[in-house]
Amino acid sequence: MLSLRGLTRRFGGLTAVDAIDLDLAKGELVSIIGPNGAGKTTLFNLVTGLDRPDAGTVRFEGQDITGLSPERLAGEGIARTFQLGRVFGNLSVMDNVLIGAHTRLRAVKPVVPVIGPLLELGLALLRPASVRDEEERLREEIKAILARFGERLLPRIDQPAYSLSYANRRRVEIARALALKPRLLLLDEPTAGMNPTETAEMQALVAELKAEGLTILLIEHKLEMVMRLSDRVIVMDEGRKIAEGSGEQVRSDPKVIEAYLGHGLSGTSEQESAA
Amino acid sequence: MSSWLDYTINGLIVGNVYALVAVGLALIFGVSRLINFAQGSIYLVGAYIGWVAVVQLHTPLPLTIIVVAAAAAIVGLIIERFGLRPLQNSVRIAPLLATIGISFVLDQLVMLTFSPNPRALPSQLPDVRFQVGGGTIGPLDLLIAGVGLTSALLLFVFLRYSKLGWAVRAASQDRDAAMQMGVDVNRVNQAVFGIAAALGGVSGMLVGMYYNQIDTAMSLQATLKGVVAEVVGGAGNVPGAVIGSLLLGLVESYGVAVFGTSYRNLFAFLLLVVVLVLRPNGLFASARQAPPEPLTGTFIAPSRPVRIPWWALAVAAAGFAVLPLFPVSFYVLQTLINAWLLGMLALSLTLVAGTMGQVSLGHAALLAIGAYTSALLSLTLNVPVGLAVIGGGLMSAALGTLLISPSFRLRGHYVSIATLAIGEIVSLVILNWESVTRGPIGISGIPPLSVFGYDLISPTSIYWFSFAVMVVLALLQGRLLTSHLGRSFRAIRDDDIAARAYGLSLNRYKSLAFIFGGFAAGISGGIAAHLYSYINHETFNTQQSILALTVVILGGLGNVVGAMLGAVALVGLPEVFRIAAEYRILIYGIVLLLLVRFRPQGLLGTM
Repeated sequence: MLSLRGLTRRFGGLTAVDAIDLDLAKGELVSIIGPNGAGKTTLFNLVTGLDRPDAGTVRFEGQDITGLSPERLAGEGIARTFQLGRVFGNLSVMDNVLIGAHTRLRAVKPVVPVIGPLLELGLALLRPASVRDEEERLREEIKAILARFGERLLPRIDQPAYSLSYANRRRVEIARALALKPRLLLLDEPTAGMNPTETAEMQALVAELKAEGLTILLIEHKLEMVMRLSDRVIVMDEGRKIAEGSGEQVRSDPKVIEAYLGHGLSGTSEQESAA
Repeated sequence: MSSWLDYTINGLIVGNVYALVAVGLALIFGVSRLINFAQGSIYLVGAYIGWVAVVQLHTPLPLTIIVVAAAAAIVGLIIERFGLRPLQNSVRIAPLLATIGISFVLDQLVMLTFSPNPRALPSQLPDVRFQVGGGTIGPLDLLIAGVGLTSALLLFVFLRYSKLGWAVRAASQDRDAAMQMGVDVNRVNQAVFGIAAALGGVSGMLVGMYYNQIDTAMSLQATLKGVVAEVVGGAGNVPGAVIGSLLLGLVESYGVAVFGTSYRNLFAFLLLVVVLVLRPNGLFASARQAPPEPLTGTFIAPSRPVRIPWWALAVAAAGFAVLPLFPVSFYVLQTLINAWLLGMLALSLTLVAGTMGQVSLGHAALLAIGAYTSALLSLTLNVPVGLAVIGGGLMSAALGTLLISPSFRLRGHYVSIATLAIGEIVSLVILNWESVTRGPIGISGIPPLSVFGYDLISPTSIYWFSFAVMVVLALLQGRLLTSHLGRSFRAIRDDDIAARAYGLSLNRYKSLAFIFGGFAAGISGGIAAHLYSYINHETFNTQQSILALTVVILGGLGNVVGAMLGAVALVGLPEVFRIAAEYRILIYGIVLLLLVRFRPQGLLGTM
């Protein structure tokens, strides 16, 4: 479904993403792990069009999507969440999630060249029955999405996002991504800053999404969650893919252990042997 | 041949003066990521202090320079301490608005102290010209070049070798890291503002001597030129600012040589727009830098808007509608008509700046486009006035959006610079395009308002007409805000990256906001043209843009009811208290400053 070939991104002298190959089949959940600064989020940015690669290709369902704009890719059904939590602070929870459904608006966004935007303005002002019905349907659907988070978001549906707790903002982000009805979902550390209970809830939700057949690319630091959920795990370090395989394989890979325990360790051992 | 050398020398000298302003702007931007819109006001203050020193105190030249530098530095320190330091932890829009407010307050204080009439600032140097190659050069040219080079050298030594200079450089690279390493950021800010102000003040004095004239209009021009030079060189890049200034000086000088003096500023602003569009990081930045991770949702102050029940609004509207039936004076009606016209402009700006987050400082240009279109349609093509006004609104929507579209790629403070420049470009085009706009003479004899063949002459009918138009525009805008477009606009404002990741095209939605807003502003300008019966390129000026911005902040960014309330308050209250016209702008500036400091969400809250 998603296939990356030789994807590379350099910032000045630093190669943040270095010739990454990756394949993701439909319905698969692949996790990307690695120490901070390994290039995981940059890789997400390259896949979702927020950044352009210096080399390599991104193919999605057979189509070359390298360097397409993020708004095009959203239209193709790629949704993501952000590591630092990018909710729309002054919008209510409902409006935040409705933005997620933006690419699915049809009645109010007629596909007419050139005057399409003007028609959109006109329809938004006049709001004929078709537009009202569409909006109403989406609102109902979003309540159903919010209900997946139990009582966390539903009671706060009209509150502005800036007033939410950190964990709730992460939930709003995921709800917003689900409202897009994604074919591919990229989750960037969905449990960052969550306590164990909240993490367990999030893990259950991601497991549920996987069971529903959603294709998911996950960045996560909590290894227990990664091991339980992933079909495959990819380990990145300093922009390169250093290991790939099942959770067990990756866990026992010496290169992974080295990356996580730090290069300082190998450095000292070299120094010792040199001495 | 000789004249080309003269133009080159002139360009370099003027460039040197711009450099003194631009270097200050670059230093401030480097440390606090802020474009200081008050820099030109300090330059103005410097020019007038120089005048006091030279004409009243008869100080010798070296002492004049020292006095001006010291006095300007003190002004800079005051701005930093009382205007900006209290806003350190507030939203990004706050310091931007504060420097705009400070600039208006300073300009007005200078104007009230010295009167707006131009004054001569005699150069204290002998009036001789030396032959250099084929051109000539005077002692003042040498002085300006000398001051420019000396300050560049002093600044270099300060930044490179002094401890405080190291701290400035550290803070401009990474403010948080510098703070953690024990750098006192407040002291760094003080140093930077002091230096920037001293340079700006001296620059103003030198320019005054160079042209032997100072007036209060210098301020805005200096800010604009300094910002252009700084942006061309790359915001925050001090050597870049110097090169950008010299480049700007040369471009202007050669432009004047070829096309004439009235095109001088046009070249400056076109250069700015071209650079902003093609290389927004400046000419010397590497093409692709690591994308910065902007903070989210902090551009405008988070707040819950005050919910006003619909019946209260209906009662208020009905009250204003029946007002002319009571024995009220012509003066009250006239004041309220002005408020309704300003209200339409504020509706437009509150959509663009508040709902969409594009703080436009050139909004008066939309008025001008609407006014000229409507006036010319009715005068030259005999289009009925009612239709002509609508034509003005449509033209403002179309042309305004087209002109502002280069700024759609920009963020935050850059949008303000770009819109300010675009506003100036519109005004300069009106001035120079004589075959259509009648140039500096303006358009007179514009027919009065009329609807369906009925002339609206009486103040009562004009009152009803303008009030009704404003209410219709407000209702439409309210409906827009509750549609999917309202939430799309606000989403883009809060976080354009997340918005794009969810399929919102910035160009499409920014265009739609400007189309709708441009229409309202154009209608306001069109009605104004038929009310005034005479307009010229100065009828719709930057002061109106700032007044509209103050109205919008007062009412609450994006708040439709707030925009109308703000307009009535800012037009009405000075009338109630009979405040003399020359103090009004000063009061608007102070209101803006107080709002930013104490109630950033405005009276009715941001939406």
